[in-house]
Amino acid sequence: MELITPLLAILCPAIAAALILPSRNHPNIRELWTIAGSVAMFLLVLSMAPLIVKGETIEFTLFQSMFKGIYIGFKVDAFGEIFAITASSLWVLVSIYSIGYMRTLKEHAQTRYYFAFCFAILGAVGVALSANLVTMFIFFEIITISTYPLVIHEQTPEALKAGHKYLAYLMPAGAFLLFGIMITYYLTGTTDFTPGGIKALATASPMIITVLFFTFLLGFMKAAWMPFHSWLPTAMIAPSPVSALLHAVAVVKAGVFGIVRIVGYVLGMDLMQQLGLWLILAGIASFTMIVASFFAISQDNLKRRLAYSTISQLSYIILGAALLNKESIQAAMLLIPFHGYMKITLFLCAGAILVATGKTKISEMAGIGKIMPVTMLAFSVAAIGMAGIPPVAGFVSKLYLCLGAWAVGSPYGMIFLAVILISSLLDIVYFFPIILTAFFKKPAEGIGAIGKVKVKEAPLLVVVPLTITAIFSLVFFVYPNMFYIFDLAKMAISQLFGGA
Amino acid sequence: MDLVEQFPVIIVGLSMFLAYTMLLTGYFNRRLPFFMSLAMNSFFLILSLFILNHVLTVGPIRYWQGGWRPPWGIEYVIDAMNAYLLVIVISMVILGLIYSKKNVEHEIEERKHVTFYTLVQLMVAGLYGITVTGDLFNMFIWLEIASLTAYALIAVAGGRALRPAYNYVIMGSIGACLYIFGVCWLYSVTGTLNFADMRLLLPLVYDNRAVQMAFAMIVVGVMIKAYIFPLHLWQPDVYTYAPSTISSMMASVHVKVMFYILLRMFYSVFTLEFIRHYIGLDLLICWVAAIAILAGSIWAIKQRNLKRMLAYSSVSQMGYILLGVGLSPLSPWGLVGAAAHILNHAIGKGCLFMCAGAISQQEGLKDIRDFGGLGKKMPHVCAAFTIAALSMIGIPLTAGFASKLFLIFASLEAAQYPFVAVLLLSGLLNLVYFWRVIDQMYFVKQKGPENAVEVKEKSKPIPLSMVVPILILAALCIIMGIVWLTDIPLPLIDHILSNLRMGVTL
Repeated sequence: MELITPLLAILCPAIAAALILPSRNHPNIRELWTIAGSVAMFLLVLSMAPLIVKGETIEFTLFQSMFKGIYIGFKVDAFGEIFAITASSLWVLVSIYSIGYMRTLKEHAQTRYYFAFCFAILGAVGVALSANLVTMFIFFEIITISTYPLVIHEQTPEALKAGHKYLAYLMPAGAFLLFGIMITYYLTGTTDFTPGGIKALATASPMIITVLFFTFLLGFMKAAWMPFHSWLPTAMIAPSPVSALLHAVAVVKAGVFGIVRIVGYVLGMDLMQQLGLWLILAGIASFTMIVASFFAISQDNLKRRLAYSTISQLSYIILGAALLNKESIQAAMLLIPFHGYMKITLFLCAGAILVATGKTKISEMAGIGKIMPVTMLAFSVAAIGMAGIPPVAGFVSKLYLCLGAWAVGSPYGMIFLAVILISSLLDIVYFFPIILTAFFKKPAEGIGAIGKVKVKEAPLLVVVPLTITAIFSLVFFVYPNMFYIFDLAKMAISQLFGGA
Repeated sequence: MDLVEQFPVIIVGLSMFLAYTMLLTGYFNRRLPFFMSLAMNSFFLILSLFILNHVLTVGPIRYWQGGWRPPWGIEYVIDAMNAYLLVIVISMVILGLIYSKKNVEHEIEERKHVTFYTLVQLMVAGLYGITVTGDLFNMFIWLEIASLTAYALIAVAGGRALRPAYNYVIMGSIGACLYIFGVCWLYSVTGTLNFADMRLLLPLVYDNRAVQMAFAMIVVGVMIKAYIFPLHLWQPDVYTYAPSTISSMMASVHVKVMFYILLRMFYSVFTLEFIRHYIGLDLLICWVAAIAILAGSIWAIKQRNLKRMLAYSSVSQMGYILLGVGLSPLSPWGLVGAAAHILNHAIGKGCLFMCAGAISQQEGLKDIRDFGGLGKKMPHVCAAFTIAALSMIGIPLTAGFASKLFLIFASLEAAQYPFVAVLLLSGLLNLVYFWRVIDQMYFVKQKGPENAVEVKEKSKPIPLSMVVPILILAALCIIMGIVWLTDIPLPLIDHILSNLRMGVTL
């Protein structure tokens, strides 16, 4: 079905960015554009959902390219829509949060911040809506470039160093991705995402497919799989809203989104199965899940711990894609919004703590639960969800993932099931000490004013968004179909596996 | 005969005539020559658009000078390739002229202005001549006109520019000598100087060592002028110390025309068959190009002077074009990549050199390390610089991305996978040296506030006539980046390919 909605959705942040620049001297108007742009984009993206749930795909071709068979355009299928809804809905909340956060901390260069933020989201939603690899690559690079000013926002030498590390990982990744795309086009004459994989690839030699697979894997370094993960904890030097939306949702999810696209829509499940590539991918994911959890345990800086937790959780999604059955891929698709909502809550809480008390280390947060009850309650909800304990959304996706691992059968299925369970255990190990410290530990003397102050929450603009995301994380457990997410996932699965 | 068919000779002839008229006019009024040059070149741009339209719709233009039939007389041949190049050259010259007005007033003392613009007009006439001619010896004449004036234009600032200009005179003369020797040998074998005629006669004597040697001499001679890596030694100094206008024009126009000579030699005088089967040069050229791409980038990383860095970057970018030329026997996309990059590099590097000139004019800064906080002081120029730099790196939706895409695909189609790696790696190296500048402009905090105030008092904002060409070029980087991705240029590309007798359409 031909509809202009995807293009309009992409234009929202671009227009917002264009309006932000001239109103740089009027903070209120400037922030209004961000909010307006985010709400408009969310509504446009959501408006496509009812059609897609019915099994339609919304296509919009911008133009044909000089290469036969490559065009630049959008094709919104159920899977893309899930990611688009996740990114755009969270942008609304994070925009509100940003205002509270940036103003309270009196950050400099706010115009640049909002401007770059718009383009980063444009890139993320663009990746979600892209019809083929070339379009996706364009948006991928937009993400990389536009997040750089956000990462180095502090402009201190450390921030610049972090920014350089960020580029040093993600730009070569872009080169690999481009290489993979060109090979795909050279082999098949197309780069369109086709449910079940591009048919013409099946005739290529296994050697080339394997090379292609690894090229794509390196290309999606944004998914922060180990050992190519270290840019992500380093990038945590960015302001909290950036870490929250970009390094928990938009950027890294774009990476795993890409991997799922490659597995399900380019190489295809059959090819992955035949060549045993699924095992390699699952192995990498398992390794990352476990090792990143151990890294997380050893971090004292809250945001860095969350970053390693993100790395671990992203690999759940990769594992889901790698196991190649209906349940596991459905788990991967559900994890994108669910993990997004839960992890963003955690990051927003970390930011709220920074705004209210200036603390960044977990060891300094003793007793903070009494001072910031709402924030820490939200944090606890999200942390429980991360570990996959009901009644939070994380349970639903983890259940599907376990079912998927079970469906693989022994012996690999059992190994991966064990990995999932061990990793969940480790999640508990690194999240519960935070909750314990916050609520039950007595504040140490002399560390600060904590404990003497009564209730000192962060400003309302900061607290409300994180409360909403925490509530949504709960709602997703009771009603996973909010924003059509569950139906979309089911539809995506039926498109991938052909009916039922 | 159509009126349009007279246009090429009008452009070239009027350009020469105009140059001398400017010299005379300048005797009475020093300001007038600039405006004459600007007006006439704008007029030429319109003519060149008519030519391009005619070539694309009707077919190649053949103009016989003095009505003499080709093997004896001089013939001007305009097909899609040179019509396209002519439009690029003239537009870049116009933008360069607009930019030069205030820049020249700043960089060059007033008594030299008249001769400066006269020389520019003469150089431009030479470039137009090379572009339209269909005769080997005539091409040499225009080449000499374009080169001799360039030597003088580089030296015009005096002082430190003299030594590089001298280097260039020596190297450029060696290049010209090699070219004319090659032409002489070809003439001694075939008895003709006309491209088309020679193309017909040459296949019979492809085995002849003199012909093969002549080819090698011509190629090396032109490569010196186009500063292909090991032959680039004259270039960084020249680009660093020449007036900014001239650096910009040399990088965006002059060197492109040199590449055009190379293309003509490959396709219109010799044939791909000759290159592939008789001398097996195609892959050697690719490897030279690959080395140029990497070496230029690596040297650029080492530079601290902005213009010098851009100069080495040009060395690297010339490798892209050469790689496209080298790959073209194996894949038509190579030629597409070369043609695209001729335009994209003209826009991008022209813009970057103009920015460098603007920065040194307003703030007096040449060293990249001093650029802290420049983004606030010169927002437009820095924004343009960033866009052009992104284009050089090859970020999607900029012009550089398209040419990179074409070249990568050409390498894949030619089954020359190492060059894919070279192109991708070069993009990353470009990132390293351009990002350093962008970082300094926008993200590195300035050292001391008192220092900034001092600079602020000293600096006078650069005039609009310099900002506008810069912004136009930056905008073109993005516009062309999108246009190249679409199928709009396809008819032009098909014409170029079929006119160069590749016989393939994409």
